[in-house]
Amino acid sequence: MKRRTLLASAALAFGLGTAAFADDPTTVGFIYVGPVGDGGWTYEHEQGRKAVVEAFGDKVKTIYQESVPEGADAERAITQMALSGADLIFTTSFGYMDPTIAVAQKFPNVKFEHATGYKQADNVSVYSARFYEGRAVQGHIAGNMTKTNKIGYIASFPIPEVIRGINAAYIHAKKVNPDVEFSIVWAYTWFDPAKEADAARALIENGADVILQHTDSTAPQAAAKEAGNVITFGQASDMADYAPYPRVSSIIDNWGPYYIKRVQDVMDGTWTSTSTWDGIAPGMVGIGEISDAVPAEVKASALALKDSIASGEYHTFTGPLKKQDGSDWLAEGETADDGTLAGMSFYVEGITGDIPN
Amino acid sequence: MIRLEKRPQPSQAWTTFSPLLAVFLTMVVGGLLFGMLGASPFEAIRTIFWDPLFHPNFAAYSRPQLLVKAGPLILIAIGLSIGFKAGIWNIGAEGQYIMGAICGAGAGLAFYPSESPLIFPLMLLAGLAGGWAWAMIPAVLKTRLGTNEILVSLMLVYVAETILASAASGFLRNPEGMGFPGSRNFKEWGAAHNGELIANTGMHWGVVAAFIAVIAAYVFLSRHIQGFNVRLTGEAPRAARFAGVNPTRVVLFCLGLSGALAGAAGMFEATGPAGQISIDFNAGYGFTAIIVAFLGRLNPIGILLAGLLMALTYIGGELAQLMLSLPGAAIQLFQGMLLFFLLATDVFTNYRIRLSRKEAA
Repeated sequence: MKRRTLLASAALAFGLGTAAFADDPTTVGFIYVGPVGDGGWTYEHEQGRKAVVEAFGDKVKTIYQESVPEGADAERAITQMALSGADLIFTTSFGYMDPTIAVAQKFPNVKFEHATGYKQADNVSVYSARFYEGRAVQGHIAGNMTKTNKIGYIASFPIPEVIRGINAAYIHAKKVNPDVEFSIVWAYTWFDPAKEADAARALIENGADVILQHTDSTAPQAAAKEAGNVITFGQASDMADYAPYPRVSSIIDNWGPYYIKRVQDVMDGTWTSTSTWDGIAPGMVGIGEISDAVPAEVKASALALKDSIASGEYHTFTGPLKKQDGSDWLAEGETADDGTLAGMSFYVEGITGDIPN
Repeated sequence: MIRLEKRPQPSQAWTTFSPLLAVFLTMVVGGLLFGMLGASPFEAIRTIFWDPLFHPNFAAYSRPQLLVKAGPLILIAIGLSIGFKAGIWNIGAEGQYIMGAICGAGAGLAFYPSESPLIFPLMLLAGLAGGWAWAMIPAVLKTRLGTNEILVSLMLVYVAETILASAASGFLRNPEGMGFPGSRNFKEWGAAHNGELIANTGMHWGVVAAFIAVIAAYVFLSRHIQGFNVRLTGEAPRAARFAGVNPTRVVLFCLGLSGALAGAAGMFEATGPAGQISIDFNAGYGFTAIIVAFLGRLNPIGILLAGLLMALTYIGGELAQLMLSLPGAAIQLFQGMLLFFLLATDVFTNYRIRLSRKEAA
């Protein structure tokens, strides 16, 4: 009798155990560089996390840690996330690259996904978006809209991604307006509303009537609104609060579909280490609604440009293009290869000023 | 009517117990805050103060991390406390920390990829010198021109941050990094790596230096004539002058020492836990160390304990974010409360409450 009870309870326990295992949700962690309410970069990753929750419901448990500094603390934050039982961890800023690789070595069974970096491992994928495709559309609108022919650009850090954006915007602004000039301010931050506002005001005082930004806060939008006759573009996030004016369009990072796919891969056991660099076509880069402040024909040509990029018919960097120093880069009809783009460290011809180093 | 009355002598009991009371009050009010955010207050407090030390999954990793996090805090706070005792307010340890890291890393990288055993000592000396030199700017300006060292040292933090950005994306950038910012990773270069001295203990040279600094500061303040001069300058500047203490020398000494220690902390961090000079390398240790110095009552042993406590709230706070989905800002608020309550309870060291009836004048 006793033995039977014992067996029965063991069976019960075993049954419960397997049931619990089947129901055990996949734990997905996110490491954020800013606060989830930054309205830009981290906000969009947080939207991606929410999309994962919506898509999988109870089958997934998500955890995140916000405002993780990109130094020694990152490695600890990622390690603790792995220790807490995460199956898949997205580290969503460039500065987490080395820490992600270091932690991944210690946790071979946990999958890692690092945004915007270039170091892969068996359990580390990298992913990024071709934001420069959106920059081309922005440049096109900016070149058409400027009256002073001065476009201000708030750049964050002199890294290839930012330089690509400046070049893409400049090439397409110049194409529609040969007199256009770019003033570039290096803010050395991804998110600092006070610094970004100062940069925007300085550019506006110098006559810029279009402000492009590669920083994540809405402070430049607010500064443009204050000035009254300056247009801006939302960065990373739609920043629709400032539509239809000064914000006339935006580049929206749309991580949700990618995150859902990768979580699904982990659940199916089909996850492998990959390098993803998606643009407008698969929807990772979105162009926010072009507002009515933009004349209809400009809007139409901007959308046509977007469509030609999406269809693959047109590449953002198509020759003839020269480098800033006048040397040849791309011949007539030639397009830039991904290797050059990934490590881009030069301006195209016509941009004044030096890349700081 | 309640009024505050100045004590004739600062209360010894309050000096000792006000940090404990502050921690207790922080727990209570912090617990209420976490409760309002929908987490169980007891669970939140347990996660912050208990789990890093004893949680079955985390403790093995978190305990050594306490030392890693507390090391630089203690090392910087020890240096600052000696200046604070003399009434010399170095608020710019963050900048000295950055400059120490840049100089230390730069001195090493100049000899890359040498495997000479002299590399690491050389980097340490350069780190000390970098922090020292950066602190000498406010020191010399103060002694020569009478500028305020609080403002100058603080403003120099922002200058140092700009130099850091320039170093990470320019002259110290990894030539094999495909144009991305950030120096070479010291973890991949044995001669310059400040690794764990004993595996899985978190002990690296920076932690060892912090412990040595605690002992040295203790001896210095209680036994050494210069330590006596420093204390005298802070407690009775006029008496110090009559006793022949040279105020210029005290300023130079205090700022130089705190700068050098902050610089060393930066160098240990860059070559150890952080592994590289990156644009956002500084994580606020220089500022947090000010809190640690005061939480520890400017006493070396107190600073040791305060540094460990602060590290505990950092690591526990991270766990609370992870496990209980508490927002990061709530954790920062919690840490801020600690300083707030400390300052509030400190009032009772010098004052006492008197309940009295209103008397006719």
